[in-house]
Amino acid sequence: MNDFYFEEANILLNLEAENDKDVLVQMGRNLQELGLVRESFIDAIVAREEEFSTGLPTSTISVAIPHTDIEHVKQKSIGIGVLKNEVAFGVMGDPEETTPVKVVFMLAMDETHSQLYLLQRLMSIFQHNTMLTTIAQEQDKAKIVRLVKSELDVINEGGEVTWQKNKY
Amino acid sequence: MAKKQVLVACGAGIATSTIVNNAIEEMAKEHQLDLDIKQIKIAEVNSYAETADLLVTTATIQKDYDFPVITARSFLTGIGVEDTKKQILDALLR
Repeated sequence: MNDFYFEEANILLNLEAENDKDVLVQMGRNLQELGLVRESFIDAIVAREEEFSTGLPTSTISVAIPHTDIEHVKQKSIGIGVLKNEVAFGVMGDPEETTPVKVVFMLAMDETHSQLYLLQRLMSIFQHNTMLTTIAQEQDKAKIVRLVKSELDVINEGGEVTWQKNKY
Repeated sequence: MAKKQVLVACGAGIATSTIVNNAIEEMAKEHQLDLDIKQIKIAEVNSYAETADLLVTTATIQKDYDFPVITARSFLTGIGVEDTKKQILDALLR
């Protein structure tokens, strides 16, 4: 996980967007400006979302986890977008349904199989109500960075993380 | 009994299927099931249509298959995980 990049610049707060595509373009552009993804990333992630929607209703707020193929990514990273107003995303596996998404985790993955821990830790954020609502409401990016990093750092320090072993 | 072949599929075959794949491996261990788990893109399901016993997916399936198809979004959101696990187990033990 040493090459995983996640800093304040990865976070967009109070993001104003008209629709899901607008969210993806703005967030993708941000990752591109940070040099983390290739120029092709934005089109690819928009196309992927149209084909396979990634909205996930959780027990608190809805999130989305847009992602695309590894060849569009330069460096492993995530972007977090907290939307000013919720935007409808298609529900994963159920594209006829939409869900009002408040927080978007845009995944920039650069390897196919070594990302399990990262994904698992992200999912644990979704399943941890307080953390998700904190991210949705916090205005201090530094705090979000600390929070997310502390969650993801389990990967580095704790070794193998077992699925569904809830640490809370 | 022959090994059951379980397909685990998502849109790209890299992100959410990894989570589901791992969850099923854990289940297999827990219940001592010897499974042949294939992590694939949803577009590749057809090529396993003859051999698969079960498909667990986070993507949409438009086609009918001869084997059961289980939606596994719960592994990502944590809502209804036990129900999904039970469905998978029932399908495997059938």
